Amino acid sequence: MSSPKANLETLPRSVQFALALGLVALAAFPFVGSDFYLQMVTRMMILAIFAMSLDLLQGVSGLVSLGHAAYFGLAGYALAFLTPAGEPVNLWWTLPLAVLASALAALVIGIFVVRTHGIYFIMVTMAFAQMVFYLFFDNKVLGGSDGIYINFKPDATVLGWLPFDLENKQTFYFFTLACLLGVYAFLRRLLWSPLGRALAGIRVNEHRMRAMGFATFGYKLTAFTVAGALAGLAGYLWGAQTGYVNPELMGFHMSAHAIMMVILGGMGNFAGAIVGAFAFEFLLHEFKDLPTLGAFNLGKHWQLWMGLFIVIVVTFAPRGLLGLLSRLSARKENAAPRPTRAAAPATPVVPRKEGSHA
Amino acid sequence: MHEIVLSARNLTKRFGGLAAVNNVSVDLWRDRIHVVIGPNGAGKSTLTNLLTGDLEPTSGTITLGGRDVTNWPPEKKSHQGLGRSYQKTNIFAPFTVWENVRLAAQSRDPQQPWNPWRWLQDASQSAGTLARAERAIELAGLEGRRHTIAGAASHGEQRQLEIAMTLATEPLVLLLDEPLAGMGVAEAERMVELLLKLKKDHAMMLVEHDLDAIFTLADHMTVMVNGQVIASDTPAAVRADAGVQAAYLGEEH
Repeated sequence: MSSPKANLETLPRSVQFALALGLVALAAFPFVGSDFYLQMVTRMMILAIFAMSLDLLQGVSGLVSLGHAAYFGLAGYALAFLTPAGEPVNLWWTLPLAVLASALAALVIGIFVVRTHGIYFIMVTMAFAQMVFYLFFDNKVLGGSDGIYINFKPDATVLGWLPFDLENKQTFYFFTLACLLGVYAFLRRLLWSPLGRALAGIRVNEHRMRAMGFATFGYKLTAFTVAGALAGLAGYLWGAQTGYVNPELMGFHMSAHAIMMVILGGMGNFAGAIVGAFAFEFLLHEFKDLPTLGAFNLGKHWQLWMGLFIVIVVTFAPRGLLGLLSRLSARKENAAPRPTRAAAPATPVVPRKEGSHA
Repeated sequence: MHEIVLSARNLTKRFGGLAAVNNVSVDLWRDRIHVVIGPNGAGKSTLTNLLTGDLEPTSGTITLGGRDVTNWPPEKKSHQGLGRSYQKTNIFAPFTVWENVRLAAQSRDPQQPWNPWRWLQDASQSAGTLARAERAIELAGLEGRRHTIAGAASHGEQRQLEIAMTLATEPLVLLLDEPLAGMGVAEAERMVELLLKLKKDHAMMLVEHDLDAIFTLADHMTVMVNGQVIASDTPAAVRADAGVQAAYLGEEH
């Protein structure tokens, strides 16, 4: 069995190929899909950004946050507050401002939470998120439990010139896709940067990292803030797409769903988070559509089927759907070994046995 | 005259009523190996943890490179020149041997986790880090094992890796907790050779049980029993000490 602390960081050829195919499909989809599905896939991409931002904490750094939705929702609310009732607001300053608001909240809350470890980290992140949730839920000024409508999508005008119009559903789709790709490229790069390597080291053995001279607090706080900022980007897009924000966006379920997405797809490589978000949203849609059998409405109990599915994945594919794919393709490769595989650095092989190390 | 690099004065650590380390003083000199011995529970590991900053002393002082570092956290002491290897192998098991050492070497690069420019740099391209890691790998004799997953390496190789990771941080002081534990004869001989080589540039404290190795390596010995020092002298003097023979050498071996 593979060590739980070993991530699938280097994506095997088969996975890279599958991801490239997925990208082609995403780029082509607006030309074939109906409006309904266009919006559904846009939502999937937004949630994929959200899941990737959590993966930086959960998969890379080993910090399981059960309150990540707070930073998602805050940026959505920022857009709602910035958008006047009667006209659109400019994209180019509201997007950075909303992301900055989420980053700032993550920085301040992070100062308290990254001091804690393990189960305490989970509890404290959740506690802070619940505080944010009730702050908005209980305050009429902040929209209260009903939330706030956003009547216009952000306006992308630069100096009187409009490069693209987000009111157009197809344009919004491509804008979201560009954000998804940008965030993925950024996070993959960060994964191999000094920060990314140090975060991976903190996940595996924080004590040794400190003994080697790493002031781990700063690293974890940075990860928490960057993750909050990127969650904010997703939340901004969510608010713009749906034209509506409510406290549920910051709620416990939203945070928990993101954790499930990351686990479902496979942690620590960001591609898994994307796959997980798509799979989760697709299954959610399918399960909700299940028929009624006699007195039992299968669709109403979608959480039951989702739970079962995740249990099955975690049991039989502990590294998620992406890990499963790479395992299956590796088996095929082993069955028919190709002659030349020498030049490229070997992808890390996980030790079969947990050896003599402590 | 040998230069004192680390000096601990009257260290005491109490856990409740128990004094695990009781009024212990040790000096570590450059180019000398100071071996600490004692039966299980004598307080050797606690002493090591006090020196590294994993534990804070109840009383006493520690100076390192002329500065009072008594209550500094481990990461700060590491940058002041303290290097430590562990009794129980304490590596990054899922990473390759190379990545373990590279990560240790990275700690001597400017650490600016919050600097966005550095988020986009490739960690495997920092020339300084690579040079430090390469030197440590060579010193520890792990050239042939760079791509081995650390958790899958042999026990002896993992012990070598422990040393390599410590060396990659370019310490002035080496605190080595039983570096020979569980090693085969040939591996142990190589390790002894390495330690003698490292002695020249480092002040070294060794916690060790292997008596043959101790008398090969030690320039100075401290014997601990029940948290207290019962002797601290040259190996020959310690060997002849009646109290030590009664309390430790005679009984245990």
